[in-house]
Amino acid sequence: PADTFHNLQELHHSASLATKVFIQRDYSDSTICKFQTKFPAELDSRIERSLFEETVKTLNCYYGEAEKIGGQSYLEGCLACATAYIIFLCMETRYEKILKKISMYIQEQNEKIYAPRGLLLTDPIERGMRVVSFANTWDVFLSVGTTLKELCTIYKL
Amino acid sequence: MSAVMITRKVTRKWEKLPGKNTFCCDGRVMMARQKGVFYLTLFLIIGTCSLFFAFECPYLAVHLSPAIPVFAVLLFVFVMAMLLRTSFSDPGVLPRALPEEANFIEMEIEAANGNVLAGQRPPPRIKNVQINNQIVKLKYCYTCKIFRPPRASHCSICDNCVDRFDHHCPWVGNCVGKRNYRYFYLFTLSLSLLTIYIFAFDIVHVVLRSVDSGFVNTIKETPGTYPFIRVLVCFFTLWSVVGLTGFHTYLISLNQTTNEDIKGSWSGKNRVQNPYSHKNIIENCCEVLCGPTYPSVLDRRGVMLEDSTSPNPSDASTHKSSNPVSQTTVRQHFL
Repeated sequence: PADTFHNLQELHHSASLATKVFIQRDYSDSTICKFQTKFPAELDSRIERSLFEETVKTLNCYYGEAEKIGGQSYLEGCLACATAYIIFLCMETRYEKILKKISMYIQEQNEKIYAPRGLLLTDPIERGMRVVSFANTWDVFLSVGTTLKELCTIYKL
Repeated sequence: MSAVMITRKVTRKWEKLPGKNTFCCDGRVMMARQKGVFYLTLFLIIGTCSLFFAFECPYLAVHLSPAIPVFAVLLFVFVMAMLLRTSFSDPGVLPRALPEEANFIEMEIEAANGNVLAGQRPPPRIKNVQINNQIVKLKYCYTCKIFRPPRASHCSICDNCVDRFDHHCPWVGNCVGKRNYRYFYLFTLSLSLLTIYIFAFDIVHVVLRSVDSGFVNTIKETPGTYPFIRVLVCFFTLWSVVGLTGFHTYLISLNQTTNEDIKGSWSGKNRVQNPYSHKNIIENCCEVLCGPTYPSVLDRRGVMLEDSTSPNPSDASTHKSSNPVSQTTVRQHFL
């Protein structure tokens, strides 16, 4: 048991994510929703650059598709206008459908890639579409571990 | 032993949102606080149209065509739908930064500004981004603790940052921003058409009656002075609403917001040009009017995760669901 706690402390030192890391929006292509693909230094030891870039690029593709102004958006817009937008009370918009796909994608990425590395990716919609945030899940385990250790010393287990 | 069923009301996120908005229908409706002028708008539109339907339409339907009141009804319904959609929807409010995000941004700012000598004013918090080969300055919002995205602005009346902020309209009782601008424009456009329609057919009605029974008799027959009040209302509404529609048509063709126009952001001095414009009127109109319908990022009806303190510590055994968030009833068994 003492060894386990010692290892946890080692992890605490090596965990370079003290707080959350926020990936900001990339406004170079005007106001469409796009996130910066620049790899942040804080994630250097936690995840491979290629995996990170792939995740952000896929998210950007999804948002780009949702905000595309083309045949489908015209059709949706004109049809909705003709019904005085009452149709939106019963129908899901294209953007909403893509948002659902995005949240499923993020869940899948968390399960396959980020959780095994002790990271948690949050859906940008929960942050007003401003940032993609990476949280350090190991902090939770570390704080639980530290609390258990303290309890053990108190009760002399 | 008695089983008592207590219904605990679920707290939804809209109840805890900062900002000066009022919410109705359990978070489905979102408006500004001052709604007096909005009620006036409703009164004027419904009042004028009711008088038109009650007094002019029967005569016109018989003497000219029944299509006239039918079209008026359709136009009226469209105007009301657009007005309610503009007034009740989220204009594109940006939620405030949570503490972690705010701290992260603060750290970035401090890193960028370096050491500030004591007594010296810290430099203004501005971020420069390049959009379509144009440098755009993003300002920091001290209330919301975020760098405002391009075209966003903070509305002091509603105390929110709104994306693609156009203006705060007291007539609709809400801000006009990214999410409801097209409904606002269609409202002004359809209201202009409705006003012109009623105005025109008022005149037609008076002319037809005068042809039938003479002008003086027409004035005597039609009850009170109501047609003249209505003509007056229509006349003033016409000039203001049609003028406003024209102004917004101009803004849309240039892909500008009222806010940018007032501030003169893209007026052309210092070679500053609008980086958001597609330089093509049709493309600009299509983007604003036929673009995607942006979702609300506020999640007004989401359920708040309660860090619950036990409501009744005296009961020996309580049955609580494993997920207190979704549970709306708490059944307590008293031993």
